[in-house]
Amino acid sequence: MSQTVFAPWSDPGAKPLIEFRNVTKRFGDFTAIDGLSLGIYEKEFFALLGPSGCGKTTMMRMLAGFETPTEGSILLSGQDLGRVPPNRRAVNMMFQSYALFPHLSVWENIAFGLKREKQDKDAIDARVTEMLRLTRLEKFKSRKPHQISGGQRQRVALARSLAKAPKLLLLDEPLGALDRKLREETQFELMDIQEKTGTTFVIVTHDQEEAMTVASRVAVMDEGRLVQVATPPEIYEQPATTYVADFIGDVSLIAGRAKPAGERVEIAWAEGQPPIVATSETSLSTDQSVHFAIRPEKVHISKERDETRPNLLQGKVEDIAYLGNISTYHVRLSDGTLLKAQSTNHRRLANRGITWEDEVYLSFTETAGVVLTE
Amino acid sequence: MRRLLIAVPYLWLLALFLIPFLIVFKISLSDITLSIPPYSPNLDLSAGWSGLVDFVRALDFENFVFLTQDDLYWKAYLSSVWIAFVSTLITLAVGYPIAYGMARADRSWQPTLLMLVILPFWTSFLIRVYSWMGILSTEGLLNQLLMNLWIIDEPLQILNTTTAVYIGIVYTYLPFMILPIYAALEKMDDALLEAAEDLGCSRLEAFWLVTWPLSRGGVIAGCFLVFIPAIGEFVIPSLLGGSDTLMIGKVLWEEFFSNRDWPVASAVAIVLLLILIVPIVLFQRNEQKAREAEG
Amino acid sequence: MRRFSWFNATSLTLGFAFLYLPMIILVIYSFNASRLVTVWGGFSTRWYGELLQDEAFLDAAWVTLRVAVFSSTIATVLGTLAAIVMVRMGRFRGRTLFSGMIYAPLVMPEVITGLSLLLLFIGIGLDRGIFTVVLAHTTFSMCYVSVVVSSRLATFDTALEEAALDLGCTQAQAFRLVTLPIIAPAVISGWLLAFTLSLDDLVIASFTTGPSATTLPIKIFSSIRLGVSPQINALSTILIALVTVGVIAASLATKRRADAAERDARAAIRT
Repeated sequence: MSQTVFAPWSDPGAKPLIEFRNVTKRFGDFTAIDGLSLGIYEKEFFALLGPSGCGKTTMMRMLAGFETPTEGSILLSGQDLGRVPPNRRAVNMMFQSYALFPHLSVWENIAFGLKREKQDKDAIDARVTEMLRLTRLEKFKSRKPHQISGGQRQRVALARSLAKAPKLLLLDEPLGALDRKLREETQFELMDIQEKTGTTFVIVTHDQEEAMTVASRVAVMDEGRLVQVATPPEIYEQPATTYVADFIGDVSLIAGRAKPAGERVEIAWAEGQPPIVATSETSLSTDQSVHFAIRPEKVHISKERDETRPNLLQGKVEDIAYLGNISTYHVRLSDGTLLKAQSTNHRRLANRGITWEDEVYLSFTETAGVVLTE
Repeated sequence: MRRLLIAVPYLWLLALFLIPFLIVFKISLSDITLSIPPYSPNLDLSAGWSGLVDFVRALDFENFVFLTQDDLYWKAYLSSVWIAFVSTLITLAVGYPIAYGMARADRSWQPTLLMLVILPFWTSFLIRVYSWMGILSTEGLLNQLLMNLWIIDEPLQILNTTTAVYIGIVYTYLPFMILPIYAALEKMDDALLEAAEDLGCSRLEAFWLVTWPLSRGGVIAGCFLVFIPAIGEFVIPSLLGGSDTLMIGKVLWEEFFSNRDWPVASAVAIVLLLILIVPIVLFQRNEQKAREAEG
Repeated sequence: MRRFSWFNATSLTLGFAFLYLPMIILVIYSFNASRLVTVWGGFSTRWYGELLQDEAFLDAAWVTLRVAVFSSTIATVLGTLAAIVMVRMGRFRGRTLFSGMIYAPLVMPEVITGLSLLLLFIGIGLDRGIFTVVLAHTTFSMCYVSVVVSSRLATFDTALEEAALDLGCTQAQAFRLVTLPIIAPAVISGWLLAFTLSLDDLVIASFTTGPSATTLPIKIFSSIRLGVSPQINALSTILIALVTVGVIAASLATKRRADAAERDARAAIRT
């Protein structure tokens, strides 16, 4: 049984649905988007991720038509969107505040966009019913927005923006107003709906877990630029910069100097300590200053010194964060560097040997971490 | 303690609001006489029960019948309601764009704009009406301006006409229209308009389908706040209106001070109140609904 | 993104011009040397001088001021009491009538309020003068005070009063030490409102006053009935100036208080 992997971005023949070409957006002196180029493909679930003020919302608003680029152009199916006003674009948006019309019922809210297209009544009726079914809102169709729960409102907003079957759906922090548990459920619902409708989704979020969960590709942004555009596993395992490594998940960074040795690279990080041995895909020059980034779950922690393990480091436990299923140990190395190690708690608390102030040995394989040059 | 707290304002309002009102009602059923006070009957408490019976017997609806016979009165009622209605519509047409502009203005400007709308309210009503007398008179600034611009050859007679009354009502009651509409518009989330455009509305459609319905509560409140007091208005018609401008507040005043016919004046007042009850009740309902929608 | 278009700018400009031009013209013409009020005859302050020599106007101003101070002060006490009764006393017999009597004067045409009070004063044989005007003004302005104060009381967190009781206050102490300071701004604006309403009132004062007490609005009304007069222009300018200074001072004070509160809040976050 063979299944083709969905990866149009690695197919040189594929034409992107959305194309940003050298787009710059300035507000007065402030440059929100700085010469940005990007392609988003049909049926993608694309996430724009970054801290507030990084320009992700501006990008989304340019797609929706609420802002126009100062320089460069944005293409939808090969056509320049230019100054096409928002009401003439085959693009719909789900607003962060949901922006449900308070004076209209759930049904009327969903029908709002269809009525603007002057479709006949039966067609509108059928489409709204379909949307209500898709979002499981049939029971609430005659309620007003203030008479339903936050999660239901979120689904109304989704149904309303999907009703016109847009080529592209924009979601602005769609789950921000929901509590954690509901948010997790809704993430899967969103993915499900995206798959069913086959619509291209672009989601803006500052929540890295959300982006990793739902997206086929994630674009990490900082100060109006794209730092890295890649699939969630690539972003996590192969972050391009220390910024991305730090922004996504938990990471320990060790500064040092590189000494390439064939496939491998030795990193001298502290006086009198053996260098860290790692692999690197980029070619490095001798004595180049680098950062070695490693995820806590890839670091093994033990009280016994096992000489057969690679990259064996010694340190003292400073803090333990007990999270139930796992524990994270903050270990101070001899030169003062802090390294985090994680272990799953497959034994009951009393049986685990490591506690505060213990001398411990950390180790990791040569491929566990990444060598970063910026 | 609790009883005393309730009793003080309660008794005050009973004595100075409810009882005077009952007196008006009673006198409206009495007859005019040339004595002092100029009406009869008066309740003669020393005569006991028979005095009370005589008193009640002497009351009748003669004055109310009189109001229906002399067409001055019903014409005055009708024209008061009509003038109030028309000026409410004009005030809405003038006030809505101002309230809309205020709500769309930069956030940091809004307190200042709000203060500029409220400021005239603190200024004397009389002076605000008076300020138009110098502008609208035949030798006034408006006529001077229009003649200098060669728009008209002869001065227009605006002062002492119903037009001047419209101008006066619109001018003095404008803040009452602007404030509730502004309050409604200001609460509105900008994202709603973007959502409407995103779903295919032009700006005009978005205004008509989203902004207007959401500001309707404020519009209704503003209209009542202008309409209700405008019906009983006295100062504006007597300073700006002409002899042919009939408004019931002015009629009542003249009936009382010039004709000294207290029973008829009282009857005029009672009928005026009956006319006002309908818009007042509707207004209360609207407010109630607004409160429920918020709470 | 706020959509502030040329349309908004035009409607605001025209709207505020409409609201303010008549008063600005009035102020300008109060400095007109000519007796002909519509012809500009050069700058002069002569009408101010004449106004200040006119005993009748000065008397009327003094009467009005006294009426306003007394009536607004009594109205503030009674209106605050009425607000407490409405918001805090729960159910009692005659509550509906009471709330009716508080709201009715707000919508009652002035001519009717004036007429009914006059008939009462005649009925009980009270001599009309300053005293009766104070009674009349107190009655309608206490209702305005009550509305202002009860809207503040309604949003007041009763837990604060309960905390005071819990810490050993009596009911009266809790009111004086906790409730009153918190509702004080509303009480003060209620007083200002009552004061302005009293200063401004023509109709009710005309009905309820006697020959001994002519208030300023009555005096102004009787002289402008005959037409525009330069003296009234001067008087209007003085009144407009007083109100403008008062309102601007009040809003500056409010703004300063708000700024100070914000600064304190920021400082508190930083430490």
